[in-house]
Amino acid sequence: MIDSNLLKKIVTTYGPSSREEIIRNLIVNEIKEYVDEIKIDALGNLIAHKMGSGKKMMISSHMDQIGLMVIDIDEKGFIRFTNIGGINPNLILGYRVRFENGTIGVICSEKLEDNDKLKIEKLYIDIGTDGREDTMKAVKIGDICIFQNEFIETEKVIISPYLDDRIGCYILIETIKNITSNSYDLYFVFTVQEEVGIRGAKTAAFSIDPDIGLAIDVTSTFDTPKNEKLSVKLFNGAAIKAMDYSLIADKDIKNSLIELAEKTGIKYQIEVLEHGGTDAGAIHMSKSGVKTGAISVPCRYIHSQSEMVSKDDVKMCLELIKLYIK
Amino acid sequence: MDIREALMTLTNSYGVSGQEYNLHEMIINIFKDYVDSTEIDSLGNIIFFKKGTNDDGFKIMLAAHMDEIGLMVTKIEDNGFLRFAEVGGIDPRTVVGQEVLVHGSKVIPGVIGTKPPHMIEKEEQEKSLKLKDMIIDTGYSRENLIKYVHIGDFISIKRESMLLSNDRMAGKSMDDRVGVAVLYDLVKRLNSIKHYPDVYMVCTVQEEVTMSGARTSAYSINPDIGIAIDVGFGYTPELKKSETLILGKGPGITLGGNIDNTLRKQLIEVAKEYNIPYQHSIEPGPTGTDGSAIQITKEGIPTLVISVPLRYMHTSVELVDLKDIRFTSILLSNFIKNTKKINYSFVEENLCY
Amino acid sequence: MLLEILTQANGVSGNEKEVRDIIFKEVKQYADEIKIDKIGNLIVHKKGIKESKNKVLFAAHMDEVGLIVTDIDELGFVKFTTVGGIDKRVLVSKTVIIGKNKVPGVIGAKPIHLQKNNERDNTIPLENLYIDIGADNKSEAEQLIEIGDYIAFNTKYEEFGDGNIKAKALDDRVGCSILIDLIKDENIEYDFYAVFTVMEEVGLVGAGPAAYSINPDISVILEGTVCYEMPELDSHLVPTKLGHGPVISLVDRHSLYDYELREIAVNTAMKNNIPYQYRKTSSGGNDAGEIQVSRSGSKTLAISLATRYIHSTSSIINKDDYYNTVLLIKHLVPILCEGEKNDRF
Repeated sequence: MIDSNLLKKIVTTYGPSSREEIIRNLIVNEIKEYVDEIKIDALGNLIAHKMGSGKKMMISSHMDQIGLMVIDIDEKGFIRFTNIGGINPNLILGYRVRFENGTIGVICSEKLEDNDKLKIEKLYIDIGTDGREDTMKAVKIGDICIFQNEFIETEKVIISPYLDDRIGCYILIETIKNITSNSYDLYFVFTVQEEVGIRGAKTAAFSIDPDIGLAIDVTSTFDTPKNEKLSVKLFNGAAIKAMDYSLIADKDIKNSLIELAEKTGIKYQIEVLEHGGTDAGAIHMSKSGVKTGAISVPCRYIHSQSEMVSKDDVKMCLELIKLYIK
Repeated sequence: MDIREALMTLTNSYGVSGQEYNLHEMIINIFKDYVDSTEIDSLGNIIFFKKGTNDDGFKIMLAAHMDEIGLMVTKIEDNGFLRFAEVGGIDPRTVVGQEVLVHGSKVIPGVIGTKPPHMIEKEEQEKSLKLKDMIIDTGYSRENLIKYVHIGDFISIKRESMLLSNDRMAGKSMDDRVGVAVLYDLVKRLNSIKHYPDVYMVCTVQEEVTMSGARTSAYSINPDIGIAIDVGFGYTPELKKSETLILGKGPGITLGGNIDNTLRKQLIEVAKEYNIPYQHSIEPGPTGTDGSAIQITKEGIPTLVISVPLRYMHTSVELVDLKDIRFTSILLSNFIKNTKKINYSFVEENLCY
Repeated sequence: MLLEILTQANGVSGNEKEVRDIIFKEVKQYADEIKIDKIGNLIVHKKGIKESKNKVLFAAHMDEVGLIVTDIDELGFVKFTTVGGIDKRVLVSKTVIIGKNKVPGVIGAKPIHLQKNNERDNTIPLENLYIDIGADNKSEAEQLIEIGDYIAFNTKYEEFGDGNIKAKALDDRVGCSILIDLIKDENIEYDFYAVFTVMEEVGLVGAGPAAYSINPDISVILEGTVCYEMPELDSHLVPTKLGHGPVISLVDRHSLYDYELREIAVNTAMKNNIPYQYRKTSSGGNDAGEIQVSRSGSKTLAISLATRYIHSTSSIINKDDYYNTVLLIKHLVPILCEGEKNDRF
């Protein structure tokens, strides 16, 4: 079953795009005794090598998070910010945020005539200070904060911000810990800066130069009211990617994942997404080209503070990957 | 096989971006007698090789993309209707009422359904339909359909190419099978001449989505010169003359940021010398062709883009003039014949127009 | 199937000759009288071994919706307008066949790359569409086609899916095909008339004169009718369903169908275990509109096949629907011509 303590630790640890040190150190500690070699590259990707005699396979999950970067602190001590990664201003109004040093703030909006025209420029963060000087004791320009919300586990689901893509990191860690035998030469990569344009995976793929690429990330579901256009649903099992905006999955990888799932009774669904991309998009275009696929964890409310995944789906993804790398 | 037959064969086959494996056998069969070696790389690019007379490893890469725009199954409704997403840039207005092939475990024909005009209010006709409001009817119940069709299956627009007046041909996927046809005509010509450079002819994958095919094949070939053969907007009355090429008047030679100016001038010299008609095509920004990807590969590759004029791009009735294919391959064979390593000492001149 | 030959033939309203020639050839040897009237309707009288008490007419129209050449411009592009009710949105990116010489052409569209923002939200106006036949200029085009040439969709007949047929012009070649089956059937003992009408799609033109000359007591119209089954529609908005049997009309823009004939049709279907359905929309119309008001009037009944994507380039019918419709009509012939109806009329 799911190791809730580990998952909670991974999901709640600070690490927005470009500031992945803390989460990286945590992951290094978790996996170091299970792999043959650990490397950290120039951008900060964590590359863990588990040797095998077969083809080189790169499996990646990104460890960075979306967040908000401080660009200005006004006289009264209110903080103005810009987005790091895809942020919907209408969604985040009222959210609580947390800075690396633990400072907590609230996202509020200027008084607006028309709330439909809410833009990120109209929002500010209030950390409960009295004036600029006071604020600057806790927060500097350039600091990045992340959403602060409770990690909740119910019988069926996990609800928390940043399941995108810490759930992928969790799956990778569990996979690494449970490798019994591997024919592939495995490179597990915890990538940086996926949320700001799939940057980490690009450099990692270049240096690894794998034969096969596989990305583990979350994917949107289409099972909520008035949102039934596409087919991925929560509780319907691991999502095997056919296409998104960054990748058309390699036919052989997609088919062998499907066959594997069929044969072993792993619950799966096929994913077609019209927008959005993952590390797989960068991996397949690396050097002379890499056959690449992706396994996704169905996730509701992506990029909100209440991302939701099914524990059963996570288990299915984990099983599928474990079998695939054998 | 003449150009007409080759283009007919090429365009009557189906290979949506990501599904080019459907085309491998057919294309290799057409080319195999004229090349020294053939390779299919990991993404599915076909790389044809033809050795030149050089002894310094001088390489030219020619790229024409073999993929075509299409659709993909996103959902199977309870009554068996399919919902779908686009693969590549599709104007939803061009697929209404279109016949399609769904490439499941068996190829299933279907129709993109339309509402009877009897039931349409007048104003409703003025609003265009969106992909999300359309369905594909395969004539199967869901129960029977799911034996063959799954989410993620490719769908192509069904169209048999037709020959029109003036040696012109219309059909789907002329963008860019016409480029592949140029390669075919070119390789035949190269067989009857001595050419200095080694020539790599690449039928690339996924140009319509990410250009990953051109990028990765250029990386492995690492040529001295890259030439993308694609299509250019053919003039029709609703378009500006300045943005388009006239059908039958030869290929468009692109000028702009993606293009190496020395090579471009050289190409034009060849056209003039051999009296081959050509047109100018001005594209200051990225050309949106494989050329954009080739140019920025590794330490950078001097690149040319040559376009065959084509009307009605990204519809299922793309229309080309076979004369333009011949003009393009004649131009290229004469260009390739004598091209040697370029002296890049005058970088300034090369980069400034 | 004969339906394949019938749908591959072109017969845009006003230009039905090709279709009529095929039908004429098919039915000639079975007809006791056969004639083409002054406006092009094909009228067949089949005598039986039993005399009918009612003069019964079966009608199907030969014509199909299509396009017509209105102009050829200096660059050799062909301008056109629609013939019959066509949603202009279906014309883009299609192939067509023009005129007697069957010149192929295509209807293109502006490349998506050169469109302005939101251009896609609007339908391309009909006047901006044109056909490209590959000609370089006007005189070159004029050697192949001329203004007034009829233009048909270029669609192949194919059988597919769970016993379905895809073709153009199923409205109403399917009616023609059923009517031909009826004429060829030697087991029918009664006298009846059949008419293959012209120009139904442009305002029920042919039916009036045909009915005038035959002067029937009872008329049965055989049609391909609207079918639209989008999953999100409430059931009352789905006019007919594919594969659910012959469609019996209640009302449309031109006709209120005879109540008693309707009841006979339904009872006959039930008695013989033939599935049937009602047409749940009042839009559209057919030859019954003219036939019922000809001379002193005729009672009318319309029996149709559900036809998906009607009036588009590719429409669909179901083969079981076809056979069930033929079956129902064959059961109806004796009843309408004599039999039980005596008690009712």
